[in-house]
Amino acid sequence: MWDYTKKLMEYFKNPRNVGEIKDADGTGEVGSLVCGDALRLTIKVDKATDKIQDIKFQTFGCASAIASSSILTEMAKGKTLEEASKITNGDIAAELGGLPEEKMHCSVMGMEALEAAIKSYRNGGKPIVFEQNPNAHIVCKCFNVSEETIIKAIHANKLRTVDDVTHFTKAGGACGQCKGKIQEILDRVLACEVPASAPKPFASLNVVEKVKAVEKVLNEDIKPKLNLDGGSVELVDINGSTVTLKMLGMCGGCASAGFTLKSFIEKVLKEKVDASIEVKQA
Amino acid sequence: MKIIYFDNNATTRTLPEVLKAMEPYFTESYANASSMHSFGGENKKAIENARRQVAALIGANPSELIFTSGGTEGDSTAIYSATNSYPQKKHIITSAVEHAAVLEVFKLFASKGYKVDFIGVDQYGRFDMESYKKFIDDQTALVSVMWANSETGTIFPIAEIAKIAHEHGALMHTDAVQAVGKIEVDVKKVDVDMLSFSAHKFHGPKGMGCLYVKQGTRFLPFMVGGHQEHLRRAGTENVPGIVGLGKAAEIAKETLHLYKEKVAPLRDMLEQGLTSKIKDAKVNGDISNRLPNTSNISFGYIEGESILMFLNEHGVCASSGSACTSDSLEPSHVLRAMGVPFQFAHGSIRFSLNKYNTKEEVELVISVLPEIVENLRAISPFHGPKTSVF
Repeated sequence: MWDYTKKLMEYFKNPRNVGEIKDADGTGEVGSLVCGDALRLTIKVDKATDKIQDIKFQTFGCASAIASSSILTEMAKGKTLEEASKITNGDIAAELGGLPEEKMHCSVMGMEALEAAIKSYRNGGKPIVFEQNPNAHIVCKCFNVSEETIIKAIHANKLRTVDDVTHFTKAGGACGQCKGKIQEILDRVLACEVPASAPKPFASLNVVEKVKAVEKVLNEDIKPKLNLDGGSVELVDINGSTVTLKMLGMCGGCASAGFTLKSFIEKVLKEKVDASIEVKQA
Repeated sequence: MKIIYFDNNATTRTLPEVLKAMEPYFTESYANASSMHSFGGENKKAIENARRQVAALIGANPSELIFTSGGTEGDSTAIYSATNSYPQKKHIITSAVEHAAVLEVFKLFASKGYKVDFIGVDQYGRFDMESYKKFIDDQTALVSVMWANSETGTIFPIAEIAKIAHEHGALMHTDAVQAVGKIEVDVKKVDVDMLSFSAHKFHGPKGMGCLYVKQGTRFLPFMVGGHQEHLRRAGTENVPGIVGLGKAAEIAKETLHLYKEKVAPLRDMLEQGLTSKIKDAKVNGDISNRLPNTSNISFGYIEGESILMFLNEHGVCASSGSACTSDSLEPSHVLRAMGVPFQFAHGSIRFSLNKYNTKEEVELVISVLPEIVENLRAISPFHGPKTSVF
């Protein structure tokens, strides 16, 4: 049994805005019978204000698909198209008080149908099925999921594993043949990710920041290695980009201490802290 | 709220009599049955008594039974034993509609280089005998085909399948988890080499099962590291579980006739009530030859999990072959093998009754389900006039 929230069950049992607007200004559809879930949204737009006046849904799917569609209509109603197009699947899931991981694709479906409905309105009202782009590179043939959709989902929801991707997009959920390809996409996307804030150059840090940055690398990457040979290292001083270290224990009297200092410690500090760093023995 | 339990192919209630029989073996008679003291020796006797009770249920000799942890272990044991006993034969056969406990093991063997054939079924879920005859040959080590299907209840002609297997020198195993305790299963009449079943499907405890291995069949154990079960299944005997299985088997044998006399008429009443009141409702499976307790009905254009959620509101427990209720995102492999169209496969509901269900319970389901289906169809984009590009 899925762990559905009370709110989700309420929107499933008493769905809001069910049906179809007869003279709709836009119709967006996503999913299919084969997939096991499908959603159609019809919208009525106030031309003067660009606001969604009315929105109705029809859903074929499980309790979370019905609840996601239902709550989406409430979230979108009264919003301008611009505002509505910013609703993400995460917003839909959050509004329901959360969705089981395996059901996240239900909220994605809502987001996609709304995107299609808005596009349909802007293109004159003819119904648009989400992602029938013939040029799309389809990764998952069972559920017709494109590489673009997968990459978007990875970014938007910070996905890390193939299972995550399946939960959010359904890709890989049936025959599983594309799981290798999904892993490749994940590897590619994750390799490109930049850290949240680019590190400041070492020279521009104050003394405390410099000490912290160097100590962190000493403790995590350098001392454990030296400890293996019964040695260690201590930070003595930092002047500009010159870091003065004292070799301890077995390293203190070791003939190759100088070599270790330059070829190992300095190399790691250059790599992990800043390329400008030079190491000196105290 | 009163629970109406129509999910007996998933598991059954452990009977109070069964629990009572098991109870002394937890805190009172807790000795290891293999120990060299009479405190343990008494438990050995209890195990052998249970073995006789279970043997009587399937017409076996008590020495032909190996107690296991359940159906899954029995299936794995049988498949590994057969393939390890005939290492030169690299071909095995099963059906496309097996339980995962067999299907997944076969897929594993396929990835290890075995030639593996999955025999299909027709639209009623009936075994494709002609294709089976084409695939089997003298290199076939094992044929493993279920006695009755868990989802549709369709019964396979195991005697005939076994006969053909033996003509080609292959071993025959059957997963009889859904059959034992519901219909007659007699190894004296149906010549199989191995047969696995599970206690909790006929009101015994969970975590307890049994594998029948016909006398003289080559056998290699799956679990090793102990002398128990005559070196055929290592591990300290689960005395309370074994006693519970024995008691459940004894009661099942005594009350088996109720399935024909009581359960099948209730099931038919449920099925007729629902299909007459609900449009686009189709029964899946071979209605002329299926388990007396199982009814699998597809309600077109809607999705099974939604139906189950609304039934749950009335305390009604059933299950579905829809994609949303499974781990994979595809609908039931059984219904797909039968070629059930997607608009019906997703909306399939399995009702599986037991001998303790009542007419009132059936009436309640018949009274609430039509409205549930109607409400869900009102939401569905696939029902009603075609106005879209779907």
